[in-house]
Amino acid sequence: MKLHEYHSKQIFSRYGIPIPRGRVALTASEARQIAEELGNRVVIKSQVLVGGRGKAGGIRVAKDPKEAEDLATSILGMEIKGLKVHKVLVDEAITFDREIYLGITNDRINKSPVIIASATGGVDIEDTARNAPEQIVKVWINPLLGLRDYQSREIASGIDLPHPYWKSFIEITRGLWSVFQNLDATLAEINPLVVTQDGKLIALDAKINIDDNALYRHLEMNELRDIEAEDPSETEARKYGLAYVKMDGEIGCLVNGAGLAMTVMDMAKLHGGMPANFLDIGGGAGAEKVAAAMRIILSDPKVKVILVSIFGGITRCDEVSKGVLIAMREIQNNIPLVVRMVGTNAAEGLALLDELHTHVFESLNEASRVAVDMAKGVPA
Amino acid sequence: MSILINKQTRLIIQGITGNEGLFHTQQMIKAGSVVVAGTSPGKGGEWVLDGKVPVFDAVKVAVDATGANASVIFVPARYASDAIFEALDAGIELIVCITEGIPVQDMMKVSSYSKQFHATIIGPNCPGVLSPGECKAGIIPAYITQRGNIGVISRSGTLTYEVLYALKQKNFGVSTCVGIGGDPIIGSNFMDMLALFEADPRTEKIVLIGEIGGTDEERAADYISAQITKPVVAFISGQSAPPGKRMGHAGAIIDGSTGSALGKILALETAGVKIARQPEEIVDLL
Repeated sequence: MKLHEYHSKQIFSRYGIPIPRGRVALTASEARQIAEELGNRVVIKSQVLVGGRGKAGGIRVAKDPKEAEDLATSILGMEIKGLKVHKVLVDEAITFDREIYLGITNDRINKSPVIIASATGGVDIEDTARNAPEQIVKVWINPLLGLRDYQSREIASGIDLPHPYWKSFIEITRGLWSVFQNLDATLAEINPLVVTQDGKLIALDAKINIDDNALYRHLEMNELRDIEAEDPSETEARKYGLAYVKMDGEIGCLVNGAGLAMTVMDMAKLHGGMPANFLDIGGGAGAEKVAAAMRIILSDPKVKVILVSIFGGITRCDEVSKGVLIAMREIQNNIPLVVRMVGTNAAEGLALLDELHTHVFESLNEASRVAVDMAKGVPA
Repeated sequence: MSILINKQTRLIIQGITGNEGLFHTQQMIKAGSVVVAGTSPGKGGEWVLDGKVPVFDAVKVAVDATGANASVIFVPARYASDAIFEALDAGIELIVCITEGIPVQDMMKVSSYSKQFHATIIGPNCPGVLSPGECKAGIIPAYITQRGNIGVISRSGTLTYEVLYALKQKNFGVSTCVGIGGDPIIGSNFMDMLALFEADPRTEKIVLIGEIGGTDEERAADYISAQITKPVVAFISGQSAPPGKRMGHAGAIIDGSTGSALGKILALETAGVKIARQPEEIVDLL
């Protein structure tokens, strides 16, 4: 789960990381009011959960409250990488001498958190890694020990931070580590952390991603979830514990298991079609859950055919068929089904689907080829 | 021969009294596994499966009483890391964690702590290990495989079953099949398993089933070109997956320029691995 910048900044502030003064606004007049309170120049920042906001024109500096209102008017409602802007953060504009990158994430190879810093901030860390890898410093954190101060000093020294800033830098790294650890973050990032002209360190941007698997111990995070930023069908899927990702194609996919679900999408593409979705019903799904999955697939107007691929283990094929039937009887839009079922109760499952005039195949390769043909209007 | 498990393996099931634990214990016994005990805190002293398997409160007690040397964990996600710590402390040599949904930071602590033990952790979020005709430690359906000389390593569950099923239909057998798990932090990676298969006299060929996310396949590719003499065939799922989206498995996500299917396929091809375009093709390439 990704948090918005303004939420992340509020959290940073609670952990002692200095942030600019500012507040979030839902309307342009609110933005003007905040600008008036802050005085001076302000930055209007679109709050959307994607990178590249600046390049897209979603971050602008206003010299006075009037301009703040004008800029907020143009930014609110604009689309950035397909996401509509519903909120802007109005922050005091900070003049700075230097930008630094500081972030903590999980290193899958070393199986530990890693703190990454770069002498060049304000740009994508991946770009720095590619173009100027010598500027990047990495220190791995033993998860049982936590980040130690000597490691923070190693980082400070590695990015050539002058000694007078070390004390506040160490406090910031401690704060960032506490955020990472206490919130079960998979990413806690300050980009840029700036050195101001009056000699302070301030986090101008903030990004926190939370581990979905750990949300059960951070129930307060549910309030920070931005439902508006999600595809409604993905929100619906989460309610039923379904792993679902919306895609652009015409072949709806109903599959058990994530690896197999990806493979079924790949097969559709291999045969010249495009999947409408990724969907994993999980292990041992009951009829109700399957019906919910089918409703989500059928709610996508682009879907022309549904490819059902079930390898029964703990999942029972007859249970899947029952769910498919519930949804198909309810919705009745004559979307054809191409079905492949193997494993636990496959024969019973296929028999249950008889009334739907499904196209049944033994081979996944054949099933996906036919599904692609049918989506293109070729009769099976 | 096989890797990780064999006829001498003495299994303990952590979380044996839950629905899944009980069901799969039965299946493991049917597949020829020696299940010597189960644990379920608060239910020590009971017996399950018609009095065939004793239940203990703690792993250490179970190990002392039965000489168990391997464990399969079916404990719910929020207690699962505790179960792994307990198994490590009890001296268990092979820990297979089936549980899906363990927080990443819990697994990092497990991984760090486990360095002081000589234990192998498989998973979490995996279907476990199966050596047909010898032992099954996990949930891979035994009837879709037969004994043979192909070693299978995979990050997924049902996709692995697909491959095993396709192999059996063409009369190919398996030495051991290992599901290493779909999480970002897992106990054992492709490289660890490749090394075991290389050393296993029964295994003649290796099938590697990878997916998007992380760089484990790329590292496996380097390792294969340097260390593996046995032929390897691979299939990578997620070629049509969009970047930045988690595809079901917690670890299956393309993150910036890292983790794409194409990058993995190119790395493996460079290492001389034959790449199947779809699961059924694996059989043809073997």
